[in-house]
Parts: sequence; C-alpha cells; structure tokens
Amino acid sequence: MSSQAQHPWAIDVQNATVHYGPVQALDHATVQLGRGMVCGLVGMNGSGKSTLFKTIMGQIKPDTGSVQINGQDPQQARKKGMIGYVPQNEAVDWDFPISVREVVMTGRYGHMGFTRRPRKADQRAVDEALERVELSAYAGRQIGQLSGGQKKRAFVARGIAQEASIMLLDEPFAGVDKRSEATITKLLREVADDGGTVLVSTHDLHALPQLADEAILLMRRVLMHGDPTRVLQPENLAMAFGLDPMKRGGQ
Amino acid sequence: MNLIELLVEPLTYTFMLRALAVTIIAAVLCAILSCWLVLIGWSLMGDAVSHAVLPGVVLAYIVGAPFALGALVFGFLAVALIGGVRDTSRLKEDAAIGIVFTTLFSFGLVLISVTPSQVDLNHIIFGNLLGVSAADLWQVLIIGAITFMILLLKRKDFTLYAFDPTHAHALGMNPKLMGAVLLGLLAMTSVVALQAVGVILVVAMLIIPGATAYLLTDRFGTMLVIAPVLAASGGVLGVYVSYYLDASTGGMVVLAQGLIFVAVYLFSPRQGLVASRLATLRRRRALSTAG
Repeated sequence: MSSQAQHPWAIDVQNATVHYGPVQALDHATVQLGRGMVCGLVGMNGSGKSTLFKTIMGQIKPDTGSVQINGQDPQQARKKGMIGYVPQNEAVDWDFPISVREVVMTGRYGHMGFTRRPRKADQRAVDEALERVELSAYAGRQIGQLSGGQKKRAFVARGIAQEASIMLLDEPFAGVDKRSEATITKLLREVADDGGTVLVSTHDLHALPQLADEAILLMRRVLMHGDPTRVLQPENLAMAFGLDPMKRGGQ
Repeated sequence: MNLIELLVEPLTYTFMLRALAVTIIAAVLCAILSCWLVLIGWSLMGDAVSHAVLPGVVLAYIVGAPFALGALVFGFLAVALIGGVRDTSRLKEDAAIGIVFTTLFSFGLVLISVTPSQVDLNHIIFGNLLGVSAADLWQVLIIGAITFMILLLKRKDFTLYAFDPTHAHALGMNPKLMGAVLLGLLAMTSVVALQAVGVILVVAMLIIPGATAYLLTDRFGTMLVIAPVLAASGGVLGVYVSYYLDASTGGMVVLAQGLIFVAVYLFSPRQGLVASRLATLRRRRALSTAG
C-alpha cells in the first residue's frame, strides 16, 4: 500500500494513440485518475471507450504513449491483482456451467498456487465479497440464472474478492433496472470510499452525477475531464456526440 | 451363454484386452478435453487439428520419430495456418479451417499412398483397435498420462480461460499461452484417439462426450466426471458389440457414444427435449385454466 500511496495516480495513461489497421481508435489520450474516486467515461459508440479499457488493461499496446498503474508497469500491476474488471453483458457466456461462487472465486486466483486450490483465507474473502454485494443467498446458482443487476454485482464481488485497487466497468448499467442500478451505484461508491479507483463507461447520463466524482468525455481524444455536472453540459455533450450546437441554434 | 460368459469370453484374448485398454484411455482423455472444447466453441478446431495431424504422424513413422511429435508439429502448423489465412484475407474462420485441414489431411493421404510400410498405415485413418501392439499401448499410456496430468493440475486455469480470458489476462496470466497449451494437448490426444477410432472419427470423441455432459449439468466439475464416465461406458459397450457382431470397432465405439448423446438430448431431466416440451405444455395448460 505504501508504494501505491507514493505515486500520485492510480491510472496514468499518457498520450496513448491506438490504431486498428487504418482506423484510429484513440488519439493522444491522456487519462490520469487518483484514488478513492469514481470516474464516468462518456462517449458515443466507437469513441474509443472499450479501446481505452483495453489499453489500461494492457490487452492493447498503444502505438505511442505509455500506461502506468500505481506507478508500475501494467504487467507487474496485473500480476499483483491490482486491476479488476466487470465485462460487458455480451462478452459473457451466460450458459457457462459455473456458479456465482465459482465466478467470485476466480478473483482469488492471483492469491493461489499452481493448481488454484483455495485456502481458508480465499474462502473467507469470497464469502465476504458475496455478502458485500448481497448475493450470499445466490452463491450456488448458475451465473446465468441471476437477474441483470445481480450478474453485475457478482462480477463486482469478484473484483472485491480480488482486492483490486482499480475497478474497470464496461457499461454496467446496460439492461439493469433502476433499483439494481441504485444498488450498484451504492456499491461502487463504497469501493471508492475504501480508497479504490473506479472507471465506469456508461450511457446513463442522468445517473452520472450521483455516481461519479469525475467524468471524461471521449471522442478518440479526451475532449474533457472534470466535474460531472460541468462535463454533462449540453454544449459539451453535443461536442462528444458529434453535433454542433452553434449550427443547430442557427437553424 | 449367460451374461458373465458374454462379458468374460472376449477378455481371454490379449488383443481384446489391449483394445479395451486403449478405448478406455482414449475415451476418458478425449472426454475430459472435450468439456473445454465444447464450452470454448472449439469443436471445429478439434475437427481441424485432429485431421491435420495425419501428415505429421505419417512423417514421424517414416523417420522413426514418436507419433506425438509429428502430431504436435502439424497440429500447431494447422492452427497457425488457419489464423494466418483468417487474418490476412477476407475469408472467415470456418472457410480458413475447411481449407487448411482438408489440405493437410490430403497431404497425409498422399504420403500414406507412396510410403512403403510393414504396418498398414490405413489403420491410422480408420483405427485398428484389434491390432494394438504392446508398443502402441505404451505410447498411448505415456502420452495419456502426461496429457491427463496437465489437464488435471491446470483445470481451473483452463476453465477460467474458457469462461473469461480477459479476466485471466487482468490477473497477469497469459491467455494466448493457455490456448496454445490446450491446442497442444488436443494434438497429443488426437494421437491417442486415432489408435482407437482412427483420424476420421477422433473428432467425435472430442465433441460428443463434453456436449452430452453439458446437457446434464450446470457444474463444470460435474461435467468433468460425467463426460469421461459416459465416454468410457460407450467405448466399452462399442468394443463388446463389435466383437459379437464382427463390426467395425472404431465405428461401433463412436456409434455407442452418439446413441448415448441422443438419449441424453431427448431425456435429460432439465435440458432434454422431452422435459422442456412437457414444461411448455404444462405452462400453457396452467395459463389456459387460469384464464
């Protein structure tokens, strides 16, 4: 923890540019996030949100620029289990024969040995994580038999069991009802209050001010990074979603 | 002849004992591997690799190297070629798979036809359960033991790889390496299974047991038990039936596994066709009486 505290940024992406063939997905994006906060990531489809996540996770190496996690090389940070992530709905095979508890237990694999045999501490961490997200009663269910919001909470529990200091969530509110959304929001706030760094991509702009301390407007470049209410000003949103408010006003 | 005699009589022949041993080892091994293949969606890949090992096995035979080595080389070559064609052309993966494995398989057939040999290399294609030599059995045992140990020890990592490779990456693991190891095990397993049922039918043993078990349970750990038990039972049944009917042994083994799948597909308590149809009927009736 002390070495983490010395470095000012939990996530430090400098000047990252990413191309997919001829298509530019990120353009000199710089994103620096501190600790104990939730940051909302806003942008239209194809604005590079998923690419930014992949860059932070080290699945993509940027053409230019650098990524540091808690002041460390991303590979080192991953090995230490610093990065937890909650996948998009479409990225998960919900028919997979795995129980909620087993999913959460995979968060502990970094703490386990060669054959991933759980020890008492692992069992306890999973129990506690399940309790935190209020899924203890559903631990034995097959993962696909949860509701939309419960599924998300199961993956958040995985990050908690992992003791990840950084949590990345790709569209956690898609297909989630209002009540579950409130539960997840409360949960992510708690993760932040415990000193974690939470980066959430979302289309749900109304809920953003309650959820996030900061917001980023992305359109391949970082258009804006700051207080959510300021970032969500109509003229700023218009910029991110490719509309020109001046032009529209003139018509 | 009573039942015990029926069961015991074939066992008095060494060739039948060896046939049963190879069948059980191959069935168990393939079945365990098939649990991951079915869930990752690699059935076609299993088809491709198990066919593409043919030229490797023939070349290994010609130079006197272990079959497993030739199979590994050509298994990986096939995967690399499939990836290459897919990524550097506008073709989709299924077309790339279809082109690569049939070409390699044909290369193997041509090699067989021009290779003078004491053993009939056609046995590689159709299997030769009744002609398993002591040396073959040893090879099956050694490869089987190595593959089995790796699968058993790293099963949780493979399952994570199948379920959520991104999370595996986030934990600092190397999903690409895990995939490569699985494909290597697939090539090795093909060598074991082709002794039993031949190159053409190996793919059946690599898909059917995992698919059957998947229809019976929601627990991966349970799949890893059900699949090999059903596969071995089908295998033993197939060998016995083929003995008494004097029918193709490899063919009968796969036929038995296929029939077990059909039974499960129809009558599985939760996933089965009959059960789900009945449930739909019941729901409709309940709705109409309520209305």
